[in-house]
Amino acid sequence: MSLGRYLSFFSDTYYLNIFVRTIRVSLICTLVCMILGIPTAYFISRTSKKVRGVLMAIAIFPMLTNSVIRAFAWINVLGKNGIINQILGIFNIEPVSMLYTEFSVLIGTIYLFLPLMIITLVGVMENIDNDMMEAAESLGANRIVAFFKVILPMSVPGIITGSVLVFTGALTAYTTPQLLGGPSNMLMSTLIYQRAMTLNDWTSASVIALIMIVTTLIVMKGLNYVASKLDKRGLE
Amino acid sequence: MKKGGFITIVAVLVFVFLMFPLVIIACTAFNTAPTISFPIQGFTLDWFKNVFATESFIDGFKLSFTLAIVATLLALLVGVPAAYALSRFSIKGKKFLKNYFLSPTIIPGIVLGYALYQFIVLTLKMGVIEGLLIGHFMVVLPYIIRVVGSSLEQFDFSIEEMAWTLGCPKIKAFFKVVLPNISSGIVASFMLAFINSFNNIPISMFLSGPGVRTLPTALMNYIEYFYDPTVSAISVLLMIGTILIMVLVEKTLGIGALTK
Repeated sequence: MSLGRYLSFFSDTYYLNIFVRTIRVSLICTLVCMILGIPTAYFISRTSKKVRGVLMAIAIFPMLTNSVIRAFAWINVLGKNGIINQILGIFNIEPVSMLYTEFSVLIGTIYLFLPLMIITLVGVMENIDNDMMEAAESLGANRIVAFFKVILPMSVPGIITGSVLVFTGALTAYTTPQLLGGPSNMLMSTLIYQRAMTLNDWTSASVIALIMIVTTLIVMKGLNYVASKLDKRGLE
Repeated sequence: MKKGGFITIVAVLVFVFLMFPLVIIACTAFNTAPTISFPIQGFTLDWFKNVFATESFIDGFKLSFTLAIVATLLALLVGVPAAYALSRFSIKGKKFLKNYFLSPTIIPGIVLGYALYQFIVLTLKMGVIEGLLIGHFMVVLPYIIRVVGSSLEQFDFSIEEMAWTLGCPKIKAFFKVVLPNISSGIVASFMLAFINSFNNIPISMFLSGPGVRTLPTALMNYIEYFYDPTVSAISVLLMIGTILIMVLVEKTLGIGALTK
């Protein structure tokens, strides 16, 4: 056993492209989930207990639905005869092929993990006292400033936890890139399956497997390190 | 309390985004058109009939359901004592063991599937059902240990010690005192484990054999060749199942139990 196989993985442009694409999709997915998840979680955490239960149920529901079904739903929306193209057709706009692109993989992955981000954040935000916000406002901060200066810093642990879950999830999701990406938009997870089961190339599959584990660990440890640094700053 | 307009708009859009695709599927399941189209042309239940006429779906459902139940029960048999030992006793290397039990959640499912395929199918040459059972057992065990473990942390062990001093044998005290107190944790872990086993794809993809497919892998296979509302119909049926589980959990434990 030598490191040669790992070096040749990263020097092969085909593999390297897939690796970079996987990281890119996971990163954009995490950022979008953050940008959409933070306001939504804040909205949910400020509602009454009864409403919050209903909203949480709506957020959890897609998470408990099989990922094949969720990917299939997006095939119906983004496909050649999908909803979006049918709506465009009404305005006599030529159908756009959105399926089997990096865009469709991205949408599917965001759809997969946005609920996870929201649920993690609500868990943290519902423990932030409402008085904090009111205190900031009565001291003259407007709502947006108060949100960024008070709520956001206090939610950092939740944001980090949510980001780790979303990033590692997106990095390793199999069904969504398989169904929405097609062969020209492979990610690491679909690559490993193809190498192992279609091509019987055990060596490559094992190399990819280890790279995936190591990447996951680096991201987890890295973000947790950032979290601990930020926490210390908060205590000072 | 008044809310910022911006936050409300984002939240509403996010909820539309979350529900929209599932609502679309639900609509197409009742549509008469043979290809998926919108708006609906006419109402029919034919796609549901088609689901029950498709053998791979029926067999897949039976397999997935049995697999999820058996794997979860086995995992409870192993996981509950393990979680008890981990929180009750100060064992050497406790932290290592805890991480070891939870490691399948760190290792990507697709990697675990591949590793199990090499070990179970290629090296040990086990049968398909046994292999699937071992794979699913490994997938659900961490959920059991984590959820039961966290409810054991809430449990006051002095109650158990009191039973001992009153002359109750240790085994009996475990069943009569500890178990009833963590029953909601056990139910929650059962639900979580069941759902995760039932929906699992990466493990099942690698371990399925000729003619033996779980429902999600059968569905995935079907989608690769056909494009019709039968899949929408089966999605509606599965979503109804999900709603039933959610209502059940909400009535007994509160929906928060599923987010642990």
